[in-house]
Parts: sequence; structure tokens; C-alpha cells
Amino acid sequence: MQYKKIIAGITLALLLGQLSACSSLGVKPWERDIMAKEEMALNSAPLDNRLDDHIYFSKEGSSGGRSFAGGGCGCN
Amino acid sequence: MQLKQLANISAALAAASCAVLGQQAQAGTLLDDWQFNSAILLYNETDRVSAAEAVFTARGDFGDDKYLNLGLVVDALTGASATGAVAQPYVQSFTRPSGRGSYEVAPGDTPLDDTFHDTRVQLDASWEQPLAPNWRISGGGHLSKEYDYLSLGLNGSIARDFNQKNTTLSLGLAYSHDSIEPEGGIAAPFAPMLLRSSFADDESYQAAFAATRDRADDTKDTLDMLLGLTQVINRDWLMQFNYSLSVADGYMTDPFKLVSVVNSNGEVQQNLYESRPDKRTKHSLYWQNKLHLSGSYLDASYRYMWDDWELSSHTADVKWRLPLGQSWYVEPQLRYYQQSAAEFYLPFLQQDEPVPQYASADYRIGKMSAYTLGAKFGTKLAAGNELSFRIAMYQQTPENDGVTAPGILADVELYEKVTAVMAQVSYSF
Repeated sequence: MQYKKIIAGITLALLLGQLSACSSLGVKPWERDIMAKEEMALNSAPLDNRLDDHIYFSKEGSSGGRSFAGGGCGCN
Repeated sequence: MQLKQLANISAALAAASCAVLGQQAQAGTLLDDWQFNSAILLYNETDRVSAAEAVFTARGDFGDDKYLNLGLVVDALTGASATGAVAQPYVQSFTRPSGRGSYEVAPGDTPLDDTFHDTRVQLDASWEQPLAPNWRISGGGHLSKEYDYLSLGLNGSIARDFNQKNTTLSLGLAYSHDSIEPEGGIAAPFAPMLLRSSFADDESYQAAFAATRDRADDTKDTLDMLLGLTQVINRDWLMQFNYSLSVADGYMTDPFKLVSVVNSNGEVQQNLYESRPDKRTKHSLYWQNKLHLSGSYLDASYRYMWDDWELSSHTADVKWRLPLGQSWYVEPQLRYYQQSAAEFYLPFLQQDEPVPQYASADYRIGKMSAYTLGAKFGTKLAAGNELSFRIAMYQQTPENDGVTAPGILADVELYEKVTAVMAQVSYSF
């Protein structure tokens, strides 16, 4: 189990390293037309995410990831 | 400045009340700086919990990239919740967690406590603003109150843009202090659930019940850290990586959950109140992709979570927003979740084995898989307002983690599926 986690960590670190090292990634400021649309926002449906996070927090053994995992209600 | 903010807030509240009353808000110049989101969700499990949750948020633009976010959540829960005790082929009696009153469970049925009801109100606020060129900070707090539970929290984050704002690194911290005061107090670990019928009179029952109680209330402190990397890949692809750490210290036992003690024939001898560790450290890796695909938008994410309770989980979530005619869109949603059991999860305890240090029969920390299948329909109205409807089905399938059910337990359902339907209406203006 621990071994798998280390491998996952290294893979992610390498992937992140690749991303930041690669200068061809990204767009010029005048190419942000699509990126600027609200549909492309990471949290494009904040209320849906908020409601979903609350349900899954109450019904499953995991929480967080997208945002903070912490307390907030006695539903778990 | 403060007067202007106050005026903005009162205008926001006025708009909110107008919306609630179904009247046309008088759109003034102050309101133009505010964006409001509202939603109502109904959640209904077959034969179990029903919940209604209303959310209202307001986001005020104070100029110079400064924003105030306000949120209000009200939810109400009612219905029956699994106690953790096992089904039996005969009628079982249970005492309510408060110690007052009892209920019976029919032969073969998973024991559910049908007095589960609660109302929660949550308020939150946060402020965000630039700190320096390419730097942003935010800070906020929340208050959440239920009948027997109070949570107070603070959070803050800092973000730095690099590479012409194509790369963003962020660090967030949150602290929350929760206190719980369950009806009837907190039972001592593995205290037996007593039945009034086993006692000659009320007085002796009350004295014995009081002796099973350890304390009236308890607390939990949680510290969260979130490290994020956002990367624009190309004109149509945005990616996010998060690592988050959550350290909780305090009372994490569910004061209403039981564990059954069975004999070699699977017959329940006694039901005990569960006991969980008072420390938990959770880690998660989260990877999200937003893709623009010829007019449609795909949101695909994966999360791997693991903790020192030996519970680990995989979550995959896909939402695909497709245009539907001129002004509508449809968004099919699919989520798959799979978790392994916490190390102290046991569906029941065996009478001839010693009681472990910790044990819980709460299926929510047992081995389980779940999926959600849904669709959202939305439309843009005049003046940029948006109306949407969402419907989804959520099904949990608890699984046996290699435990052999002795005797009569082999003939009852120990891992009952839970099916829920969710319906949501949202309106943004």
C-alpha cells in the first residue's frame, strides 16, 4: 500500500514537473476567449458542488479534494 | 467606503427578499455589482432519510478585483438512518439514543432509527482581493448550527500567477472547531444499549442508563491544508491538481451508532455503542480537467483519498455540458465512487472474541461502491440570469469485506443497498 502511494506521488511529481518545464503550455493573453467563459471555470457550478460535497460528506467515508475536507456539520 | 459597503449589503438583502417574494427587484446601480445564486435540493432515500437543502449566495464586486462572498444554507433532515445493528429473523427492540422511548424492527429488516431529524443553518463569508501584481489572497469564516452540533471555522488562501497567468499556485489553510452535545449525552465506548423492559422500574432503568453515559458533550478540531496547481494547457484545456491534508483531533465516534454482539449462531446477544479513534489524518490527490470540445464543455475529475484509518477511495466524476437548441444546454453527469473499509469497521462483533480497541458497524466507513447518474438542464434568461434543473439517482452498494456470517446471519441482508433520488432547481440573477 505504502509502495503504491510512493509510486503515485512520484508519477504526479514528474507530471507536474513536465507541466511547469514545458514553455509551450498555455495561451497568449489574446487567446483567452474560451478560457474566459464561465463554463470553463474550474468551479463553474459552485452551488451544485456545494450541495454534492455536503451529501457525499454525509454518506461516504471520504471528503475534500476539490476544496477543504474539514468539519462543518454533524452529519457524518 | 464602509457606508458604501453597508449600502451594497442592504441592497443585496433587499434584492434577496424581493426574489423570495417573487417580485421584480428594482435593479439599481448598486445591485449591478452583485451576483446572486440560489438553489433548492430535495434528497430522498427509499425508506430512509429525506432532506431539503436551500442555498443562497451573494457575490459583491467592490472594484479593483475585490469581492465579498456571502452564503446562507438551511437544511432539514428527517427519516430513518441505519443504526449499525444487524438484522435478525425475529422482531428486535431498540432504545432511542436519548434513552427515552424505544422502537421495534421487523424480522429481516436492517435496523433503522426512525427518529432521525435535524435542522441546520450555516452562514459563511469571505473576502478576496489582489495583494500585489500576480498575487491574490482571501480570508473567510463559517458558522454552522444544528440542534446538537456547532461548527465554527476560519480559512485563508494565497495564490500566485506565473507564466502570463497560465500557471497558478495556491495554498489554502482552514481551521474548524466543532462541538457536539447529543441528546442523552455521550455513551462510554462500547457501553451497552439498555432496554427499559429489562428493568423492574423507571428509577432503576434511569440509574443504569446514566451509568452508561460518559460525558454530556465533546469537541473536534480540524486543520486543513490545500496545495493547488492550475495550468492552462491550451486554448481549450484547463487542468487543476490539488494535494490536500486534513488532520482531525477529537470526538469522531457517531453517538447514535451501534455494533451488535452475536453468538456462534449469529443471534444478537447485546448491542453496544460504537467507538472510533479520536485522531484521523486524511490525504487526497485531486485532478480536474476542463475541456472545450467543439461547442461543448467536459469536466472530468479524479480523486484518490487515503487516511490513517486505512480507508482509501477512488472517485471519478464526469460532467459534459452540451448545447441544446439556441438557449438551453443539457449536462449528463456520472460519478463513480469506491472505498475500502476503515481498519476498525466490523459488521458485528463475535461474543467469543475479545472486544477490540475500536469498532464501528457504520456502513459509511465499510467497503462500498456507489454511483450517481444524473442530468442537468439549464437556460440563459434575459439579463444574464440563469435557470437550471438537475435530477440524479445515487446508489450505494455496501460490500462484504471477507467476513463470514455465522448461523442465522447468513440468511439476512447485512449489506443493504441505499438508493436516493435528488432533484434540484437553481436560479442565478
